[in-house]
Amino acid sequence: MTTKTTIPDFSASAATAAAAVCLRHGNKADALLEILHDLQDDLGHVPEQALPVIARALNLSRAEVYGVATFYHDFHLHPTGRHIIRMCRAEACQSMGGRDLVAMAEKFLNVRMGGTTSDNKVTLEATYCLGLCATAPAMMVDGKVIGRVDAAKLKPILAEVTK
Amino acid sequence: MIRLFLTRDSAALAVGADDVAQAISAEAQARKVDVTLSRTSSRGLLWLEPFVEVETPSGRVGYGPVSAEDVKGLFDGGFLEGAVHPLCQGKTDDIPFLKNQERLTFARAGLTEPVSVEQYMAHGGFAGLKKALAMAGGEIVKEVTDSGLRGRGGAGFPAGIKWKTVHDFTADQKYVCCNADEGDSGTFADRMVMEGDPLMLIEGMTIAGVASGATRGYIYIRSEYPHAIETMKAAIAAAGAAKWLGPNIQGTDKSFTLEVRRGAGAYICGEETAMLESLEGKRGMVRAKPPIPAITGLFGKPTIINNVLTFAAVPYILAKGGKAYADHGMGRSRGTLPFQLAGNIKHGGLVEKAFGVTLGQLINDFGGGTFTGRPVRAVQVGGPLGAYVPVAQLDLPMDYEAFAAKAAMVGHGGIVVFDDSVDMAAQARFAMEFCAIESCGKCTPCRIGSTRGMEVIDRIVADENRAANTALLEDLCQTMVDGSLCAMGGLTPMPVMSALKHFPEDFTRAKRLAAE
Repeated sequence: MTTKTTIPDFSASAATAAAAVCLRHGNKADALLEILHDLQDDLGHVPEQALPVIARALNLSRAEVYGVATFYHDFHLHPTGRHIIRMCRAEACQSMGGRDLVAMAEKFLNVRMGGTTSDNKVTLEATYCLGLCATAPAMMVDGKVIGRVDAAKLKPILAEVTK
Repeated sequence: MIRLFLTRDSAALAVGADDVAQAISAEAQARKVDVTLSRTSSRGLLWLEPFVEVETPSGRVGYGPVSAEDVKGLFDGGFLEGAVHPLCQGKTDDIPFLKNQERLTFARAGLTEPVSVEQYMAHGGFAGLKKALAMAGGEIVKEVTDSGLRGRGGAGFPAGIKWKTVHDFTADQKYVCCNADEGDSGTFADRMVMEGDPLMLIEGMTIAGVASGATRGYIYIRSEYPHAIETMKAAIAAAGAAKWLGPNIQGTDKSFTLEVRRGAGAYICGEETAMLESLEGKRGMVRAKPPIPAITGLFGKPTIINNVLTFAAVPYILAKGGKAYADHGMGRSRGTLPFQLAGNIKHGGLVEKAFGVTLGQLINDFGGGTFTGRPVRAVQVGGPLGAYVPVAQLDLPMDYEAFAAKAAMVGHGGIVVFDDSVDMAAQARFAMEFCAIESCGKCTPCRIGSTRGMEVIDRIVADENRAANTALLEDLCQTMVDGSLCAMGGLTPMPVMSALKHFPEDFTRAKRLAAE
């Protein structure tokens, strides 16, 4: 499993990284989602200090960039846990017991959906369909897809990420 | 040398296909047998994944579901010769689930490696584009119109009319956009096209470009599909290297470039105007229509927007003629639809059939009933905004108009089966909750109505003033249907009202349990 690096102070490095990513996309405003994705892939989240830098590079207002960064569920403005668990909450997974698995994960990790454990090891997120509906329930752990999840399969996964 | 096949579709990866591939390589090496393992697209027999096929003189023989632990036993049992084994499913082509389908779009499923231009062409690929390159734009549009192809994303709007509008409009720049934001639960056919046969989508979009005079295209893929994004990008590069994409396609004066754009987890961006906003780098806020995107679309220019399956149907239509496609289907629903059997189903996977097949045939004959073995109670067709169909209506033919007549929709062909343990009041509440989470917030009925809907359902279930609250819920739903800007708010009432209509007993369950 891949781990994300988190650096305590972002201000200077975040600004530099943001400027570089914007440049790589030709400073084009229509590439804003790609820019935010790339930045998050690099830094683990989209630090707020990066937003004015992006706004300047793309000739947008800070409000516009902030608006986009906060509209989409994918972007995190704050550091996430080292591991990200995304559990599908949509209907096909519900029909196969997904609700119980979500409850089990919340209880084990002692966080609600969208939260990060107090030791910053795991962020638990809801997702609405991974397209694995014929092998439901499904989840994604640090980008890796897992299907036909049941309690027996979920337990070692949770144990692994909290180790 | 013995040839083996195993898909790299993410449904198979999710149940350990890479581990199986590794085990096969290791076992073959240890035994010093000469095998090649080809990582192809998926056959769509997803309950059998990981599904390993062996090429024998009499055809491919399939084994599944194979786990890494099974591999040694398979070698011992002589699976390289296609020997009988508990996991052996016989000749793949004879498996009834596959044999009884009508695969026009998914004709290559399981046969080719996704990014190989050579294999794609060996199985009929680019025949449609080749023809299109020699045709006038209007002729291509006519062929698509004659095929009766309707938008496969859910709305079912005739593709030919859309294409003609863009074709007839004069502009310095036109665009072709593929909506690959397949967010509906229970659907995965778009994903399978992009991961399994991405060149078919490229071919379809390029034909749209040639037909309409658009020279640039975008594929908007949801971020939940990392494998599809990766495969699409690789396929675009491969098609470009083979001169099927880019400037002067195959030496003609036609040019078309394609770019993949990632979504960011917003369901609403599956709505075409929200997708356009997102492609422009903005918040995925729905635009009011008119103006229609065919005239004022991406960056304000004329734009053809279709779903993955719509574009994917086009190469066949051009290669074999519109009539060959229109010969399938019923009523005004022409051609085939790749149905997706999902949720609590024994044989989940992809079933491409002509319109007219009944829901019951799909669930029972193909799907084999529920996974849990309990009776089917409800079936949600057409994603989270589709109706919950009761068992009594399983004889409904899959046809846009037949479903609409029953206040349901075919949508993108996703079929999610629930057994008798389902709580339909909870499903109705979830429909409202999902709308509240995913609403873009532009119009009031959707943004506020969804939250109020959850509250009202809670009150009904808690037996607070039930009759009045039920009337209020119905009134709220009608307001959402009439007053929402797009299908998100406009269709959320469909699962809610169908649950209330067909399963009213579930809304009084809490009260009955308390009384017992």
